[in-house]
Amino acid sequence: MMSDARARSQKTYMLNMGPAHPAMHGVVRLVLELRGETIVDVDAEIGYLHRAFEKHAESETWNNVVPWTDRLNYVSPLINNVGYAMAVERLAGIEVPERGQYIRVIASEVSRVTDHLTCVGASAMELGSLTVFLYLIKARECLYQLVDNLTGARVTTAFTRVGGVKGDLPADFAGKFRAIAKEVRSAVAESDKLLTRNRIFMDRMEGTGALSSADAIAYGITGPFLRSTGVAYDVRRAHPYAVYDRLDFEIPVGATGDNYDRYLCRMAEIEQSLRLVEQCLSQIPEGKHSLEPKEIKHAYEIQDAGKAGDTALLAKYAAKVDRTLEGMGLEAAAGTRAAGRGVTLPPKERTYGSIEGLMNHFELVMWSWGVKIPPSESYFAVEGGNGELGFHLVSDGGDGPYRVRCRPPCLFPMAALKKLLVGGQIADVIPTFGSINMIAGELDR
Amino acid sequence: MNIPAAANVEELAKLKAEGYNMLVDMTCVDYLPKGRTPRFDVIYRLMKLDAATGQDLGRQEIHCAVDELPVLRSVMGLWPNADWLEREVWDMFGVKFLDRPGIKRLLMYEEFSGHPLRKDYPIARRQPLIGPKSGEKAGSPSFNILKPTVTGE
Repeated sequence: MMSDARARSQKTYMLNMGPAHPAMHGVVRLVLELRGETIVDVDAEIGYLHRAFEKHAESETWNNVVPWTDRLNYVSPLINNVGYAMAVERLAGIEVPERGQYIRVIASEVSRVTDHLTCVGASAMELGSLTVFLYLIKARECLYQLVDNLTGARVTTAFTRVGGVKGDLPADFAGKFRAIAKEVRSAVAESDKLLTRNRIFMDRMEGTGALSSADAIAYGITGPFLRSTGVAYDVRRAHPYAVYDRLDFEIPVGATGDNYDRYLCRMAEIEQSLRLVEQCLSQIPEGKHSLEPKEIKHAYEIQDAGKAGDTALLAKYAAKVDRTLEGMGLEAAAGTRAAGRGVTLPPKERTYGSIEGLMNHFELVMWSWGVKIPPSESYFAVEGGNGELGFHLVSDGGDGPYRVRCRPPCLFPMAALKKLLVGGQIADVIPTFGSINMIAGELDR
Repeated sequence: MNIPAAANVEELAKLKAEGYNMLVDMTCVDYLPKGRTPRFDVIYRLMKLDAATGQDLGRQEIHCAVDELPVLRSVMGLWPNADWLEREVWDMFGVKFLDRPGIKRLLMYEEFSGHPLRKDYPIARRQPLIGPKSGEKAGSPSFNILKPTVTGE
């Protein structure tokens, strides 16, 4: 009898979690080896959402890749847009007008808040706290409406262009943001009251999924996960891009690197991001701001410039612009766009209202006519919702990227999943996996 | 910085000893249409991260030119995340790594044939879809949406 029981307790068994499991955030499969409820081994199988981002990017023009980047981390698409556009600009040596840079920072930080709200809300829901999920998702919805107002879409934003952004801030953006920030702050405060000292929540989060800072570094982990282990590495501080060097923000860090610390880091970062947007809105320069980009001149552009002298034609055929394209109008473009017609699409009035504008538009989107970047190779990273979001780009002088490599920040904690889970209980899978904030779109590309 | 592929572990270990404690990324570029030999360029991206201050004390981009022949050795022993990154490079480019326990595709499924990020892999190429377990190996046309009707079955 005794030996039988012992043999039974020594036996391990396999358990599949996913690919279609409600706690697996989309599609990922964990193959767990269990002894009782203790995890002996884990194997994560990823790739279920692979949509060949990198392969597609290689067959597109530089600007046409932007919409694909929305589909990487789809809870913070604007950061991907900004990261990709800035990587291309680094490659081409283009400098974006100051106002455009502020707008990019505003967009990124709004997106970071939506990312963190989703992560905290979803993890809380998986631990049984549906109220917090509803509060935070409602706050996120307000921010999505703000993003909709800014870009014309809630999630599929495609907001940046090589050399600028799609358009200026809409009317009374600052006012709308203030109202929404208030709502977000109250939702975060209420969730904080519900979760931070909640016995059930703490029991599940504290001490589970812990990783030391040395291990986190060895696994290449960045972002809130690395910060929760006590390392204050943030791309915005280590390599300030856009206008981050002019802004004041703190980098919240944890101590033990467990799920609870990651939760606290994310909650604190939401406040920092809101502060960053507020600073940007008060600092953002008024009026027209166009720092001249380094010129990329082609024969067709010179020919086009000769033709474009006929401005009388423009007034004659003032185009009616669709309401959804408001942000792409002439006025908006004047303030934010890079001045090079070799790079950015013309405002919609020009596209629909003059032959030169139409030609300019099509030349930029047509194969073998678009933006051209001299042969070179570079890496550029921004701080994404989950950490360092890098783009390694190779140009061969053609229309589009020769190679795009996206460094997906959540791949690295996923690679460390075995380290995080083995030895723990099966119930720990849920909070640990939740606090990794795996976004399948980014992980699988 | 270029290093010879045959000495990748030694060179990278030297850099790790210098303080490059994080393997930030690892990727590959296929230069087949450019006629470059060897055809692949495997890139290791390292960072010297100061854990106390969170400052980036310097980065290195290491290029290794390799062919399909397995020359590169795994750096899993130096940075554990190299495991998945090497799996991805193998999956996407078919670059093999020595000195590591068996390699499995990372993003594609096992039945997938070829390496999709190679420049000679056509973007529109279709692979047979893997259907429910019918006992048949992949390649069965009954699951191929290009041929929805299979006569004689």
